[in-house]
Amino acid sequence: MDFSWMAWTTPTALFFLSILTLLLGMGVWEYFSPGGNPRVGILRFETTRGDRLFLSLLGSAFIHLAWLGLVSPNLWWALALSVVYAIGVFRFV
Amino acid sequence: MEKTYNNKAWFLVLPVLVLVAFSAVIPLMTVVNYSVQDTFGNNVFFWAGTEWFEQVLTSSRFHGALIRSLSFSLVILAIQIPLGIFVALNMPRKGIGVPICLVLMALPLLIPWNVVGTIWQVFGRGDIGLLGYTLRTLGISYNYATDPWHAWITVVVMDVWHWTSLVVLLCYAGLVSIPDAYYQAAKIDGASRWSVFRYIQLPKMNRVLLIAVLLRFMDSFMIYTEPFVVTGGGPGSATNFLSIDLVKMAIGQFDLGPAAAMSIVYFLIILALSWVFYTVMTNYDTANR
Repeated sequence: MDFSWMAWTTPTALFFLSILTLLLGMGVWEYFSPGGNPRVGILRFETTRGDRLFLSLLGSAFIHLAWLGLVSPNLWWALALSVVYAIGVFRFV
Repeated sequence: MEKTYNNKAWFLVLPVLVLVAFSAVIPLMTVVNYSVQDTFGNNVFFWAGTEWFEQVLTSSRFHGALIRSLSFSLVILAIQIPLGIFVALNMPRKGIGVPICLVLMALPLLIPWNVVGTIWQVFGRGDIGLLGYTLRTLGISYNYATDPWHAWITVVVMDVWHWTSLVVLLCYAGLVSIPDAYYQAAKIDGASRWSVFRYIQLPKMNRVLLIAVLLRFMDSFMIYTEPFVVTGGGPGSATNFLSIDLVKMAIGQFDLGPAAAMSIVYFLIILALSWVFYTVMTNYDTANR
């Protein structure tokens, strides 16, 4: 099957593989610890770990965009900041 | 009776997953791929990195379109939600009036977007349109093709005409589901009309209002066909909303890379705002239950 029309590149393929790995990882986590671990964090409403992953990914996207628009095109620091943010979300939200 | 859990039921969701993959995931992946490349056609692509994202984020054209789209959605919500609630509260609850009102309310929803655009384009014309001609006869120099405010008013009124009935129908469904006992209790307590609305009807409509706000926000933020048919994004760029600008960039100028980057930023904004709306309203709902 020819997927050249999708204009794949190595970085975008790696990006989607990372997302897929995260989703599969969440599936495995859910298998071993079912229920989604709901809790009320600093946002004062209940979140499951799926919600926390969504918030981490969405927030990371905005961190990258803000970095690109306001700081520099070098996104490694934005990636590092996103990882710190995601850890924060999973720990406190 | 205890619920039976069978994870094989997940296989029943597979057809939907396949459908979503073809209608949403694969196109989205393609857009992401396009957003980091440049092309001159013929399926040949050149790596561009984050260049298009930088261009979009610093472009005054994008900022303008974003502000216009957000303003449009806010105006639409500010008009359609209260108006929808008001109309639903005043609709009959029994008798022949019910089916008549329901059919009348459903009619605008059945008309395709491009037809609505064409109806209003003709309706607003000063030479042959009923609205435009009447306003001109009354001495109002109304022209949506040359005056930005007139174009905005026309597009907003058109959307209100087309979609308020969706809010009405949703609110009406919420209202008719309230048992009579609530109203009887309120009557015994001597509750005012406002108290009945504030403490019985509004809380009971909360869930349907959540759906109405979400649907109307997403729809109005993505609006394309109606303003495109009526104003084409003009005069100038007065009604050039994000979706219209996106199509102009992707199809008109064939700038697929910048258009893809713009689509992703657009998508992220919709996702974030919808999440905020949904979270705020569901938590308000839970807190008030």
